[in-house]
Amino acid sequence: MPVPVPKTYKLHVGGKFPRSESGRSYQPVGNPALNVARGSRKDLRDAVVGARAGLAAWSGSAAYLRGQILYRLAEMLESRRDAMQQELVLGGVTKVAAAKELDVAIALTIWYAGLCDKVQSLLGSQNAVQGPFFNFSTVEPTGVVGVLAPEAPALVGTLALALPLLAGGNSVIVLVSERAPFAGLALGEVCASSDVPAGAINLLSGLRSELGSQFAAHRDLDGLLVAGKPDAALSAAAADNCKRVRYCDLPAADWTQAGKLRSLAFVEPFVELKTLWHPVAP
Amino acid sequence: MAALSPTEFRVSPVDAVALETRAADLGTRSIKKASKVAGLQLAIRMMDLTTLEGMDTAGKVRQLCQKAMRPLPSRADVPSCAAVCVYPDLVPIAVDALRGSTVQVASVATGFPAGRTDRATKLREVELAVAAGATEIDMVIDRGAFLSGRYGEVFDEIGAVKAACGAAHLKVILETGELKTYDNIRRACRIALLGGADFLKTSTGKVTPASTPPVVLLMLEMVRDWFLETGHMVGVKAAGGIRTGKDALKYLVLVAETCGDRWLSPQWFRFGASALLTDVCMQLEKERTGRYQRATDFSAD
Repeated sequence: MPVPVPKTYKLHVGGKFPRSESGRSYQPVGNPALNVARGSRKDLRDAVVGARAGLAAWSGSAAYLRGQILYRLAEMLESRRDAMQQELVLGGVTKVAAAKELDVAIALTIWYAGLCDKVQSLLGSQNAVQGPFFNFSTVEPTGVVGVLAPEAPALVGTLALALPLLAGGNSVIVLVSERAPFAGLALGEVCASSDVPAGAINLLSGLRSELGSQFAAHRDLDGLLVAGKPDAALSAAAADNCKRVRYCDLPAADWTQAGKLRSLAFVEPFVELKTLWHPVAP
Repeated sequence: MAALSPTEFRVSPVDAVALETRAADLGTRSIKKASKVAGLQLAIRMMDLTTLEGMDTAGKVRQLCQKAMRPLPSRADVPSCAAVCVYPDLVPIAVDALRGSTVQVASVATGFPAGRTDRATKLREVELAVAAGATEIDMVIDRGAFLSGRYGEVFDEIGAVKAACGAAHLKVILETGELKTYDNIRRACRIALLGGADFLKTSTGKVTPASTPPVVLLMLEMVRDWFLETGHMVGVKAAGGIRTGKDALKYLVLVAETCGDRWLSPQWFRFGASALLTDVCMQLEKERTGRYQRATDFSAD
């Protein structure tokens, strides 16, 4: 008889797997026997500190290397298919739907892995100016970006929002699905075995009603990407510290199609353009 | 001072496990809301804002002096630091910049940080710093002599420097990171107290480990016992490696629990730090606004 090993679902912060500093946990709907860490605002604070360090490592590495690392992320997802499928089923979808969601997740990851070293060419430009100057617009990441992932799909919801930010060189802090946090949190285990620098991808679980406003108010988060309809209270709290907020309100059917989720348009809102003038040599 | 017998420098051994456990226990205390704000403000009032780099310039010292006087220019309720701590040649700049304020000028001396110069040079350096207007002198002890067992030499030097200080306060840097054992630190404290130190200071900030809670707890205990023995109050300065407001509050708990509230004053306890001030200001703003702050919104120097 194998020994049963019940899993404790923990956060992924700064490359580590802590419980919530608050000591709290919650039981997602439909899974009264499973305890999931209920993140607090101090966990968010710690995640921002981790993500600042992660940003330096992630945006500092070459775009080509970032692509390699995201590709490895896809490899690890593929090799952990069975485990991931179980996490998705725990979240309330059928086995068949879970398998399909994994296909989309892996396809998306590979697509964004390939995009990493093309962002500079696609969004940057060499501009024609009057006078003996080269004029370049180069792409830089916005910084540390928070993500409020949709309730469903549990895995693709997180990846579809986080991957474009990562491809742009940002570090991310994702609040995963509240109802089905299992697959989102398990993504931490995939990151940890994929050479993703500690802190580049941080995963929190908890109540969106409690943490959403904290994401908006934290002054050291540079951006916020929210799944769902525009929320006036969130926007107002974020405006107080000049944080860029974007809402991603896709039709339910789009979340199941990789084709609808891979686009440069998802990368563009969270990169900055820096324009340089350089004299032309005579 | 009269000649002392070698037995004067004897100390009882330190129970390292008990010391570290007690320091760790006291570090777990949770301080919130109004007490936290009061503690953070006290930490600023106790701070010797320090710049001790080979690349220091007059401009940097002037900027640091401004920051010491008004750590958070937008907030009138944030107090000034206790002192600015600089190298001797920059004392006149700091004196000039701080004229009319309550902020003191502290100068390191005696061949800081290594202390490897001859006695005459050390004393001359102290005299020049005092003449230039330093009201506090941070000297380093001769760790080479101490570790060779020449305790009398260390003691004599502290006495000589104390005499050279005149009215200026003398802080004796033990450089605990180089003394290796708690027993050595306790003995060095004893020597400095006998030598006439006004403050015991942990470290130069140039050696790792610098200030740690167990070491500061040990020094506070020595200072408390010295007070019970002689009725004479001596201060403690924790310097080096203290970077967050949370760390500072832990040290304040150590002070209050070991020496009592009388020591909770800039006159008897100091922090030697540079980056700490920014974090304390960030925490104060977080308490005021309820929002976590970003470091780049606060001036670094």
